[in-house]
Amino acid sequence: MTKNTALKKVISAPYLVWAALFIIVPLIFVVYYSLVDAGGSFSLEYIKSIGRYKDIMLNSIWLGFVATIICLVIAYPLAYIMARSTKNVQRTMMMLVMLPMWMNLLIRTYSLMILLQDTGILNSVFTFLHLPVRHMINTRAAVVLGMVYNYIPYMILPLYSIMVKIDYGLVEAAQDLGASRFSVLRKIILPLTAPGIASGFTMVFVPSVSTFYISKKLGGSTFSLIGDIIEMQFKSANNYNLGAALSLILMVLILLCMAIMNRFTGDDDDGGVLI
Amino acid sequence: MKKLLFLLLVLSLCLCTVFAASAYENEAFYQGAEKGEVINVFNWGEYISDTYEDGMLDVNREFEKLTGIKVNYVTFESNEDMYAKIKNGGASYDIVIPSDYMIERMVDENLLQTFDPTQLPNYHYIDSKYKNMYYDPDDTYSVPYNVGMVGLIYNTKMVDETPTSWKIMWDEKYAGKILMIDNPRDAFAIPQKILGYSFNSPDSKQLDDVAQMLIDQKPLLQGYVMDEVFNKMESGEAAMVPYYVGDYIIMKEINPDLAFVYPEEGVNIFVDAMCIPRTARNVDAALKYINFMLDPEIALTNAWYIGYASPNTSVLESEDYAEMAENQYLYPDDEHMPNVEYFHNLPQETLNQFSDLWNQIKMAGGTEKDVYIGFGVTGVAIVGYLVYKYVTKRRRAYWYDVSKS
Repeated sequence: MTKNTALKKVISAPYLVWAALFIIVPLIFVVYYSLVDAGGSFSLEYIKSIGRYKDIMLNSIWLGFVATIICLVIAYPLAYIMARSTKNVQRTMMMLVMLPMWMNLLIRTYSLMILLQDTGILNSVFTFLHLPVRHMINTRAAVVLGMVYNYIPYMILPLYSIMVKIDYGLVEAAQDLGASRFSVLRKIILPLTAPGIASGFTMVFVPSVSTFYISKKLGGSTFSLIGDIIEMQFKSANNYNLGAALSLILMVLILLCMAIMNRFTGDDDDGGVLI
Repeated sequence: MKKLLFLLLVLSLCLCTVFAASAYENEAFYQGAEKGEVINVFNWGEYISDTYEDGMLDVNREFEKLTGIKVNYVTFESNEDMYAKIKNGGASYDIVIPSDYMIERMVDENLLQTFDPTQLPNYHYIDSKYKNMYYDPDDTYSVPYNVGMVGLIYNTKMVDETPTSWKIMWDEKYAGKILMIDNPRDAFAIPQKILGYSFNSPDSKQLDDVAQMLIDQKPLLQGYVMDEVFNKMESGEAAMVPYYVGDYIIMKEINPDLAFVYPEEGVNIFVDAMCIPRTARNVDAALKYINFMLDPEIALTNAWYIGYASPNTSVLESEDYAEMAENQYLYPDDEHMPNVEYFHNLPQETLNQFSDLWNQIKMAGGTEKDVYIGFGVTGVAIVGYLVYKYVTKRRRAYWYDVSKS
């Protein structure tokens, strides 16, 4: 037994060191910077000024939420179809899902901008077909599209990995007992895939809410998300304290959203799934 | 005989190119680098000649060939980005090229080190107009690299009139086609001139007015841009943008529909200059680099490539540059000279107000109603679901009890 725990310690050491260096220490820095003023003495000035950023925070959370729901709606059936296909088809589909991720997010977003511009590729096709030019770039829809496009693999993967493990016998049993298709979905498949939904939700929602590059390129930076404002504080405004305070509040808000989410998926109080 | 002549000709051509390849002045100045020496250069994007095409030179490669010092070249997008990086000391650079007002600020905050430019053999090429500038009165911190002005670039296919005033950027006719420059000093400069203010007034009421104008302008904008401006203007995506004249000259080569004007209210003139940060590790190489940038050959290729006005007298005298030297936008004569003003560094309080207002401008536009409705609906749905769950649970428990008893 003692040997076992010693081994455990050795095995977990790399991750613990990693977590301490790159998760705990940065978090401490964020908390520290948000609680001091420019001179380094304790002050709640920046935390208190957060009220002025209320609108933009709501906006960011809402757009992130919408993007996540769209991802879920697209990914859920797709993941199910994937999981029920033959091994070969599964492999091919997995490749297709992963393929865009071989390119960098910045390049994908920049290409999307060129695609959607008023003089972009899509509009050139429209003009060629004598259709009116549609204004697509620099809208909230374009930003949500960018989020969905970039983050949908993070929704498909956890859903798929949960769904391949479902014992299909349960579905057949339910059907034998006379459950309608809808009941099978609601009573069998949904509860069994809840952990996948929860982790997919987290993996899409969190980066969407805090994104800055996507909104800058596809929103034309005439409307900003909270990520843009935070980036500005660190990159050009040189106001680490405000940036840290905003990040801290955003973290708290995201945790809150995740907690609410877990009320749904942690069915019948069997505990938090993934936060 | 003819063959011999031809051979001679070839030989002399070869010799010429050999000489041309090593035609830098005062080569002795560049010698003596140790093996493995490195110089870290921090410069604006698209701000150095980096190609051998069209008879230009890749300046950094040439410097490496000449001196044996390896050049690590890193770029930034705005003075403010550069300042934040230097100020927080994350990296050490040997050369940095800020603009005038930023040099003033960095000198104030002791981020730059002094050196004696007169010990550089090529320093005499700097036009005396650009010596003893207000940001560096004794010429101890900086050597000018480029000079430029901000004007209005517009697409003649999309703008029917010939703009003369910055006010066109508030014209609703061009809604969705207007781009704004994405850094606070340059963006504020435009309403400041419309309202007749100085760029350098620390008056907080004036700054509030200026910010309000930018907020009012926001619904008309297509976006705030820096380096994307090339893509957006060259493709005809946007109709107008306030930007640097040198970049207009580059864009015009790709999209001939573009035109340029210095609006009558006045424009910003700036000098970007080479400085050595206090944290520099290789000052010796930095001095060589500065001197190299002043070399007639290098200054010429840079002037061609970047398109900005050069403070180097040898460039203006060069025959190869004659066409550019007559460009009235780049080198306006007294008659064409717009009403110009330099940026100065501002007191810390004003700088704070600047970044505060800039945040507000970036956030302006508020939240659309559907966001609140969305949150409301989601909230109600969540509460409804929880209540439903609670009720079904209780009912189940009740029937379970009943069935047991």
